[in-house]
Amino acid sequence: MDDFLWGVLPYLCIASLVGGTVWRYRYDKFGWTTRSSQLYESRLLRIGSPLFHFGILLVFFGHVGGLVIPESWTEAVGVSEGLYHFNALLFGGLAGVCTLVGILILVYRRRTTGPVFMATTKNDKLMYVLLVAAIVLGLWTTLVSVGAGSEAHNYRETVSPWFRSVFFFSPDVASMAAAPIQFHIHALVGMALFALWPFTRLVHAFTAPLHYLFRPYVVYRSRDKAGASGSRSGRPGWSGVGTTDRDRQR
Amino acid sequence: MRVMAQMGMVMNLDKCIGCHTCSVTCKQAWTNRAGTEYVWFNNVETRPGQGYPRRYEDQETWRGGWELGKRGNLKLKAGGRVQKLLGIFASPVLPKLADYYEPWTYDYQTLINAPLGDDFPVARPKSLITGENTKITWSANWDDNLGGASEMGELDPIVAKLNSSVRRESEEKVKFEFEKTFMFYLPRICEHCLNPSCMASCPSGAIYKREEDGIVLVDQDRCRGWRQCITGCPYKKIYFNHKSGKAEKCTFCYPRIEVGLPTVCSETCVGRLRYLGLFLYDADRVTEAAATPDEKDLYEAQLDLILDPNDPQVKAAAKANGIPDDWMDAARRSPVYALAKTYRVALPLHPEYRTMPMVWYVPPLSPIVDVLSNQGHDAESRETLFGAIDALRIPVDYLAELFTAGDTDVITGVLQKLAAMRAYMRDVSLGRDGDPSIPESVGMSEETLYEMYRLMAIAKYSDRYVIPTAHVERAHELEEIGCSLDFDEGPGMYESGPFGEASGKPAPVAVETFNALKRRQTSDTAMTSDSSGELQGRVNLLNWDGNGAPPGLFPSGKGQRS
Repeated sequence: MDDFLWGVLPYLCIASLVGGTVWRYRYDKFGWTTRSSQLYESRLLRIGSPLFHFGILLVFFGHVGGLVIPESWTEAVGVSEGLYHFNALLFGGLAGVCTLVGILILVYRRRTTGPVFMATTKNDKLMYVLLVAAIVLGLWTTLVSVGAGSEAHNYRETVSPWFRSVFFFSPDVASMAAAPIQFHIHALVGMALFALWPFTRLVHAFTAPLHYLFRPYVVYRSRDKAGASGSRSGRPGWSGVGTTDRDRQR
Repeated sequence: MRVMAQMGMVMNLDKCIGCHTCSVTCKQAWTNRAGTEYVWFNNVETRPGQGYPRRYEDQETWRGGWELGKRGNLKLKAGGRVQKLLGIFASPVLPKLADYYEPWTYDYQTLINAPLGDDFPVARPKSLITGENTKITWSANWDDNLGGASEMGELDPIVAKLNSSVRRESEEKVKFEFEKTFMFYLPRICEHCLNPSCMASCPSGAIYKREEDGIVLVDQDRCRGWRQCITGCPYKKIYFNHKSGKAEKCTFCYPRIEVGLPTVCSETCVGRLRYLGLFLYDADRVTEAAATPDEKDLYEAQLDLILDPNDPQVKAAAKANGIPDDWMDAARRSPVYALAKTYRVALPLHPEYRTMPMVWYVPPLSPIVDVLSNQGHDAESRETLFGAIDALRIPVDYLAELFTAGDTDVITGVLQKLAAMRAYMRDVSLGRDGDPSIPESVGMSEETLYEMYRLMAIAKYSDRYVIPTAHVERAHELEEIGCSLDFDEGPGMYESGPFGEASGKPAPVAVETFNALKRRQTSDTAMTSDSSGELQGRVNLLNWDGNGAPPGLFPSGKGQRS
């Protein structure tokens, strides 16, 4: 059982995440959007949405810090386990609460505002359930750790090595299996969320427009150059017949 | 110098009768789909009036367009790049649906299905957003023809500005009493700016300007619905499709323009007031011109960008930049170039937004002429008209706020040219000799004035629309560049994909057009959606092309297919 959960399932999720994203990007660029509902309602959105999004960004960076960076590295720069743990619980807890409050506001808004609720698909509902579950379970692990005080389980000796080992194709099943139950459930729900990710509106996160900071303000695009104009590239076997006019343009 | 071609439009406001034909035909062609019910790529506003969306010109509220930074640099009024990205999770100044209006239809079914009773059945308005009963409180042109102006006239941002300025004494305020008021119509489409602030606001880089003809389009495959362009555009001519979650805008009817046809709004314009043609402009100097320090110089700066297609230097540069010869020929015959640059009677809308808009307007003389004839004057004679242009300060001030960032001298000059044309041509058409002193007084020759008259008053179809076609050998590529509006309940619509409304790969325009035509020609039923839901069975006559009977128009008899 442990072998399947922590040795096989992660790869199924990664396959779904990567394969699904590639597939969606190739075949459904038009559906790749935030599907913003701000036009319908913006008073609650203006509080809930930034709270949730900034919160989840912090949570994301927190996870990167906790899962990707080995404990030996942080100790090498002089951060003791106790100090690290205190910081992680404090800031992680704060970010988690922000995220949870944000998403609760958003879900409340979605349920009570008529037009927003009408624009909610079944897909969205499933996604919301998983997302809220992942956040709640994440906070639960934090709470349990806080409750246990110095006795708290050090997930950087169990979950993190397993997480890294997955990417080296030699999953450290035993480490993960040794972690307490709350980490197991949180990880499972997280994997479900990532498996489903490409098929929900969450894909918009993959096109976070950071390149906006670097691109020129005015975008010129030729209608002439095949391929330069987005999704549709020339089909093999259908190269155009050269004409003088076309050649002059090139 | 980098010469680029730009399709431009000029609208002669004197001829606009406010019939909304352009709006309706445009809506039929482009935005009669779910998600775009409230979208009007073309709308006609009565001025003074609030416009659409309400008070869009109040940039202190809506933060559209550009402004000059402390060092005289051009920056987006809504903030720099970092600020925009930080505000991406909830756009701070996005107009709400209430600022447009809540689209609705009527429950026509009740008229047919209501049981026999003492009272007449009524078709209640149903919201197209929620499907619930709704109360109609506003629409796209609720204040048409100054409707409600005595109550709400002050809400026009320009009126508010004029009335609040200190230099103005109380009796000079814009009045809305019946005898003292004035009005004219202002049809608006996307300006296809040279320095578009919507494009600069787009985090995804989905909005682009076509190199060949300057048409500004939204790449529907790259738009991610971040909504920043809606804030960025000071004219509020980018709309959010609330079903597909993507931005949409006027396309300048590019599929028609490419084959040499005028846009739908121009083609169907009853007053024949629209002109289409090419401008050549110097792309290297656009930013510099848009950063002109004094707002009142922006009009001249914009005119300076427009290049003379007869200038040998320009010709050489155009050749080097790959502009085809037939396009150069079209640029020489361009009616928009003639009106904007040669005769200098067409003006850009709100140059102070610094976007270098490419839809130009000939300001209307009619409010002044109307006032004069009402007072019993001979409104066509030069002396009366010239005097009145200066005396009737309110229309001139108002027009100046619209077209010249408040510079009344430019407006007066244009109106005098229009008045001179009327006065001079009256003599000619009455069989008298033309008075050469009239064109002279506005700095024109008799020949130029006559040519201007030919273009503005006779306005032959072939003179109004000089549209060079895109080169035929490139035609296949043109249609497939992935920026069209081909989705969801458009003509030849395809089923929704699994990820919500209108997901899935869009069909190429050519395929879609072919399918739509085929379906129309071979089916005996109308092209209405058979979507189920709250509004099933409603009859939308706007979508009915006259072919067959839309379902729900007649009650279904027994044994008959409904």
